[in-house]
Amino acid sequence: MLINQFLLLGAALFCIGVYGVLARKNGVLVLMSIELILNAVNINLLAFGAMHQGPAAITGQVFALFIITVAAAEVGVGLAIVLLIYRNRTSVDLSEVDLMKG
Amino acid sequence: MNDFLNDWGLTLAVFLPLLGAVVMMVIPRGEEDTHKIVALVSTLLSGAVGVWLLFNFDYDHSHKLQFARSDSWIEVINSRYHIGIDGISLPLLVLSMFITILVVIYSWNHFPEPHNPKAFLALTLVLEVGMNGTFVAQDLILFFVFFELVLLPMYFMIGVWGGEQRQYAAIKFFLFTLFGSALMILSFLALYFKGGQTFDMPQLIQVAQANISHNTALWIFGGLFMGFAIKVPMFPFHTWLPDAHTQAPTQGSVILAAILLKLGTYGFIRIAIPILPEAAHTWAPWIGGLAVVGIIYGALGCLAQTDLKRLIAFSSVAHMGFVMLGIATLTPVGINAAIFGMVAHGLITGMLFFIAGSVKDRFHTLEIRRLGGLLVQAPRLGWILGFCAMASLGLPGLAGFWGEFPAILSAYSPAAGMSEALFRTYMVIASVGTVLAAGYLLWMFQRTAFGNPPEEFADHHIHDVHGPEWLAWTPMLAGIVVLGVLPGLLLNITNPAVMAAFSRI
Amino acid sequence: MLEHAWVIPAITFTSFWLILFFGRRLPKGGSEIGILAVGSTLVLSCVMVAQWVGRAKTLAVGHGEEIEHIRGPVDNTVRWFTSGQFRVRVGTHVDGLTVVMLFTVALISFLVHVFSTNYMEGDRRFTHYFASLSLFTTGMYVLVTASTTLAALFGWELMGLCSFMLIGHWWEEKPNSNAALKAFFTTRTGDIGLLVGISILFWAAGGTFDIAKINQAALSGQISHTVLVVAACALLAAVIGKSAQFPLHTWLPDAMAGPTPVSALIHAATMVVAGVYLLARVYGVFWVGFHIPDGGFNFVAAVGATTIVIAAVLAFVQRDIKKVLAYSTISQLGYMVMALGVGAWTAAIFHLFTHAMFKALLFLGSGSVSHSVHSFDMVDDMGGLRKPMPKTFATFMVGSLALAGLFPLAGFWSKDEILLGAGENGYKVFMIVGLVGAFMTAMYMTRCVYLTFFGEYRGHGHPHESPLPILGPLYVLTVFSVGAGLLNAPFTHEWFGKLIENETFFHAGVATHDFSVPDALISTVVVLAAIGIGYLLFFQGKLPRGVTARQPLARVGYTFLANRYYLDHIYTGGVVGGISGPIARAAYWFNQNVLDGIVNGVAIVAKKFADWQYKYIDQGAIDGTVNGSGHGAEGLGGFFRTIQTGRVQQYGALLFGATALLALALVLTV
Repeated sequence: MLINQFLLLGAALFCIGVYGVLARKNGVLVLMSIELILNAVNINLLAFGAMHQGPAAITGQVFALFIITVAAAEVGVGLAIVLLIYRNRTSVDLSEVDLMKG
Repeated sequence: MNDFLNDWGLTLAVFLPLLGAVVMMVIPRGEEDTHKIVALVSTLLSGAVGVWLLFNFDYDHSHKLQFARSDSWIEVINSRYHIGIDGISLPLLVLSMFITILVVIYSWNHFPEPHNPKAFLALTLVLEVGMNGTFVAQDLILFFVFFELVLLPMYFMIGVWGGEQRQYAAIKFFLFTLFGSALMILSFLALYFKGGQTFDMPQLIQVAQANISHNTALWIFGGLFMGFAIKVPMFPFHTWLPDAHTQAPTQGSVILAAILLKLGTYGFIRIAIPILPEAAHTWAPWIGGLAVVGIIYGALGCLAQTDLKRLIAFSSVAHMGFVMLGIATLTPVGINAAIFGMVAHGLITGMLFFIAGSVKDRFHTLEIRRLGGLLVQAPRLGWILGFCAMASLGLPGLAGFWGEFPAILSAYSPAAGMSEALFRTYMVIASVGTVLAAGYLLWMFQRTAFGNPPEEFADHHIHDVHGPEWLAWTPMLAGIVVLGVLPGLLLNITNPAVMAAFSRI
Repeated sequence: MLEHAWVIPAITFTSFWLILFFGRRLPKGGSEIGILAVGSTLVLSCVMVAQWVGRAKTLAVGHGEEIEHIRGPVDNTVRWFTSGQFRVRVGTHVDGLTVVMLFTVALISFLVHVFSTNYMEGDRRFTHYFASLSLFTTGMYVLVTASTTLAALFGWELMGLCSFMLIGHWWEEKPNSNAALKAFFTTRTGDIGLLVGISILFWAAGGTFDIAKINQAALSGQISHTVLVVAACALLAAVIGKSAQFPLHTWLPDAMAGPTPVSALIHAATMVVAGVYLLARVYGVFWVGFHIPDGGFNFVAAVGATTIVIAAVLAFVQRDIKKVLAYSTISQLGYMVMALGVGAWTAAIFHLFTHAMFKALLFLGSGSVSHSVHSFDMVDDMGGLRKPMPKTFATFMVGSLALAGLFPLAGFWSKDEILLGAGENGYKVFMIVGLVGAFMTAMYMTRCVYLTFFGEYRGHGHPHESPLPILGPLYVLTVFSVGAGLLNAPFTHEWFGKLIENETFFHAGVATHDFSVPDALISTVVVLAAIGIGYLLFFQGKLPRGVTARQPLARVGYTFLANRYYLDHIYTGGVVGGISGPIARAAYWFNQNVLDGIVNGVAIVAKKFADWQYKYIDQGAIDGTVNGSGHGAEGLGGFFRTIQTGRVQQYGALLFGATALLALALVLTV
């Protein structure tokens, strides 16, 4: 029943992350929330991986490693964008950024 | 040399203009004369290959695919670069080359606003690639690619060099045709999946009929019908045509009328009917009905026009009605008539649009009410207009007759199993159409050419036909007369192919 | 030469192009080429007549024991094209009918050419005029030498084109171009029938355009009667249009807008007789289709008979000398069509031949008159011209009497044969109509001659006799108008008839009749009576409204008439006073307003309908649907656009919301 607790932890982290992504106006905070979501997923993957025996056990960890790498890259690009937005607008308020309005 | 051309002649004929267009891309925009020369040379070279094809074509076996090539192209879907010509495609291929050359010659000092010969001529060349390619393609995907290739240059021609409402007309033309193409490609795919995992036309002709159930075939034919009928255009899918023609520059109108409309009818003869003969059989009475409605309707539309160019555009609806009536009979006589009608309409209506363009150049209007006395101010232009009007109304001895009368003749005796009474009714209605044709054409001629010049233009000095116009027009006028007197020149090429393809239906 | 009949149209066709391209640079404006070309075809056609006469009679025709030997036709055809399994040939078919027609056309055309050199001198388009004449003549040559219906159609339409060009020769003036258009449309309307008829016969005769085979198939019963009736009706429509029969005759009087020599050519030898020729050529179809040998009544004869009367009546009320002649032509064409309808084939062709001579004479004569007085109005600008123009007067008199059918001039013989044929073949009613027509013809020509040549000169200036190029053709035609009739007279043993009667004629078994003196007497008396009454009416100016009681001369004439027609004094009182007065005017009114009105009305309604259709159906409904689908797509896009706020977080919210809903759905359903 260990896995339940891992999954609950993941779910809690995920919900916090979603809240952060949707509700916060600060771009940096939104990026951090995205990290939370990704890490929630990582926890889930590790938990599922641990359930398995044999060679399959490693799969979850491999995926988690990939996600960590991608997340690092993503944060790098994201922060760069936020920085540029800040330079242009002297604000990182995402509700003001609507260049894609159709 | 001959061996080389045997293998590569058709490919050259299709892609030489593209080479020309590429060369033009690297020449700076300002050097207009170089552009004109490059364009002319590349069309002439392509035409020269065409002449070689004409001389080396085996007329005794015109039902066989000649100068054929089949190379692998898109292997995943088993689509091949399969090209070749037989007696049905040869005349149209030659017509397409011939018209493009004349259009380039005519363009010499007739560039519409906003000028830019480089872009204009390059588009013309790309257009020729598409047209030539459509007539040689023996693979459905290849056909589709070429068929669609002509859309873009024409879209830009209308949209950039067109008249007042060019954008509306260009978009209408584009969307209308694209809509048909969408259904057409669906049908192509259906043919592929149901008909034997091949896009090869000759193979499909062999196997598709046996593999596809009648109901499915009816639907597939319906899709093909939409694709081709819009291009023809048949009533009631014709409304893009008058707008496109009216707004297009002269050269665009000429190509549109002379070649582009033929892509639709060619599709019927080359693809839809031979591959799905039984479905065609079921559809034919409806096609014939729409064709005769188109004949009368187009003529009535013409009578209501006040604009010279729009009138000629509407007359295309009527003339293509005759072509479609010939096709709908599904008999060799009717199909021969249709092919003849296509070539004749290409020459005659192409000429009429040339004249309309020249009138517009001189008077800056095409409103029939404001014109008049053309014969006084520019007698040669006026008589050429009269000649073409006579050819267009189907006067025996000129090419138009052989598209019209044999279509009427064939409607008396459609292919076995179709309602004779129905087609004979079509025959009579189509005959009435010939009188209406005389009506609108002569009425137009009387008001533009007869009488004295209106006060508005009385003092203008109007140039009669000049050099490039003579060069561009003389071959077409000669073609109209020669084909009118010696229809055998064309029918001898088409008949064996038509007999081979259609006598089994 | 009989095998090479194609040379004849080829010569004039070449001449057309030569005149068109080089005519302007020649001293005589191209007329010399035209005259040379037509002159040589005249010589060649004479050679052909001679060769035909000298041809051995080798072809056996007839039924059972009545085998007769005639001269076989000469065919010369080549492969033209192949369509489907049908091999279509083109070429010439020469028999007696062909050579006679060739001669007639060549002669009239030649004289018209000569006449025109002077008449059209200084014209704005002298060269064009001669080019068109050459092409026109080519058209008729093609028609009469054609071995197939398809080739005949070529000649037929070529003439339509040329008549359009020549009637509208002075196209700067609107009425002229209107007349040209009207001629083309009206004949083209009839041509619907020709296209349909040719198509039907092509399939019915087993895939051939060959006229001889079509005739054979029709006569041998190979083609079902229903098909033949439809085909015959269709072809009759073409004849009605081209030969200006009732009710499609209205274009012909308007066609007078063209130059006078053209009228002579159109009326005498080409164009309008093309219809009659076609009827005679594919006679087998009509013969069987309309039951011609059965007698009583048939459609062809009825059309002809109606036309005779309708047109003759109209000729009374014309002021324009050319219009009198135009209506007279319609009426005479009615005779020919009626003759074919009643089975008098030979008589019809013979009448075509003689009529060509005297009608050309009359038209050229009227041209000579107008050349002198510069007008065609008999009432206002002519009168008393016999003194200044004695030669024109004399020739015109001969032409008029020949047209009236007075013994022994050309018209007498041919008209008499038609009436005889109608009577003997069981078409008595039509014989009477023919007599009435003859009566009226004589009378309106009397009026015409009176108004033009007698009384006081009412015009301006000083009329003068025309020069030789104009008078020459008149003299030649005068000779033919006097002598042509004798070619088929009893004392020449019906030489003309023997010459033209062809295979179809014998195969069908068309009846021939010997000259009958009583019938000839009756028609002569009718004509003399008409001239007499005409004399009283017009020369003496005495109308029969009660004046006969006081005027002895009029009373004599009246009594004379009443004695010949003892059955009906109502006829003399009513017809003479009535026809030339109110009835004719009413008929003319009907013609101009109702018939012409219908033609114009149909055009207007068609135009209105076309406008309506264009405006509401094409631009409204059909185009509306097209544009509507565009607008629909645009509206939908506008709605979706509002969701597109550009805020990333809102997109995220939507994404999560949607995922959550989907997850919920998954949980609930699985």
